[in-house]
Amino acid sequence: MSDPRQPLRLSADRDRCAGAGMCALTAPEVFDQDDEEGLVVLLHPVPAPEHQAAARMAVGLCPAGAIALDSPDSTAP
Amino acid sequence: MSYDPTAADTTAATAEEPPTLPTDRHTGCPFDPPAELTALSDQPLRRMRYADGHLGWLATGHAAARAILADPRFSSRYELMHLPVPIAGMSQELPPAPVGDLTGLDAPEHTRYRRLLTGKFTVRRMRQLTERVEGLTTECLDAMEQAGPTADLVEAFAQPVPALMICELLGVPYADRERFQSQVATVFDQTAEAEAKGEAYTALLQYLNELVLAKRAEPTDDLLSDLTTSDLTDEELAGIGGLLLAAGLDTTANMLGLGTFALLSNPDQLQTLRADPGLAEQTVEELLRYLSVADPIPRAALEDVEVAGQLVRAGETVTVSVQAANRDPHRFPDPDRLDIHRKATGHLAFGHGAHQCLGQQLARVEMTVAFPALFARFPTLRLAVPPQEVPLRERSNIYGVISLPVTWDEE
Ligand code: SF4
Repeated sequence: MSDPRQPLRLSADRDRCAGAGMCALTAPEVFDQDDEEGLVVLLHPVPAPEHQAAARMAVGLCPAGAIALDSPDSTAP
Repeated sequence: MSYDPTAADTTAATAEEPPTLPTDRHTGCPFDPPAELTALSDQPLRRMRYADGHLGWLATGHAAARAILADPRFSSRYELMHLPVPIAGMSQELPPAPVGDLTGLDAPEHTRYRRLLTGKFTVRRMRQLTERVEGLTTECLDAMEQAGPTADLVEAFAQPVPALMICELLGVPYADRERFQSQVATVFDQTAEAEAKGEAYTALLQYLNELVLAKRAEPTDDLLSDLTTSDLTDEELAGIGGLLLAAGLDTTANMLGLGTFALLSNPDQLQTLRADPGLAEQTVEELLRYLSVADPIPRAALEDVEVAGQLVRAGETVTVSVQAANRDPHRFPDPDRLDIHRKATGHLAFGHGAHQCLGQQLARVEMTVAFPALFARFPTLRLAVPPQEVPLRERSNIYGVISLPVTWDEE
């Protein structure tokens, strides 16, 4: 298990997103879907500590592998 | 595409003739998958003989199923697949997906259709429908109560709630349901002759086609009308509409019918849910896992792919058994127990990968509203026949009960 105090950086790839909404369902504070295409919108690339567990779970549940956890020093957006 | 089993490095476990797809639920429990399906949990991916003699694969492990469904090297195109069980009158060669049927397409064709639809089925939009679902549920319960104190729960509740909702969402007049309900049933019926299936599908499309033309001429506030402003042709629109209608009619309905049967058969679980309606959401997830009504999901390997230590060769068909994967003891301990305290998220009842169910958030809202409302309205709800007399949809692509006779004490 990783240290929850470590900053957690998320990335989302809208090209891969299937719009299934598992992220917005699982971690609504962190992910949303846009109204037009229903694709993932990353609300907080660095989620608050209390939302990290849900964010991690969403990454595991995403059917399309469209959201990812990056290492803290990653330069990805 | 021929495959020589003696040349492969995967024959060790399949020296005997590989089994065909187990379909018989003769265990006595109407909720359990065929025992042969779940028996070999240490063989997550194994050889299977197809209807035409093709030697393909059967995936029963959760991790293997997930990996296959997420992998674009496994195609969804029907014409590349072999049929696991024969359909009477159907040639061995499967035709490609009819126009608008995105479930039988790969990227980028699939992506084009899917992108037009995902925005209409977002978590937020579906949550906004909660009130409407509550209203429809109340109407159905009122009617059921008035006609009671016995009812066929399928006819009175499980079918109309999702049917009314999908009709409203799509802009399909509910009053027309005579024209499409039996056709949808025939399309999913595994015992129906290929010709009957074809005719039912054509009739369904014919109906949708008329509707699409009407929406183009006079748009109303619904999904089909919305889509007429996209670049979809009439034919594509009718195909997509037919798919959404069929999916909306026959999946949640079976979850509600079979789910009620399952809860009535597990009184301790039902009692827990009654005592704490806040458990509704996770009860729905657990019922989805436990019942896995839409099964199996077929895929065809476009190239050689290694999965679960096995080499699936280009051209081979893989049947992903959702019900077995959702009963995989490595993923869900004590899997054959319905346990509404379980964290069942991560189940594959809606599939996985780019094709994961588009309507899943609608289905969740419908079930989360409908189950608690039903049990609140009828605190003494029970089966009106012995459980073994409840007729089951043994041979349908969507499992469920054909009818569910119930009764209750009048207040
Ligand atoms: S869970 Fe994945 S596929 Fe679904 S909306 Fe979120 S990012 Fe997209």
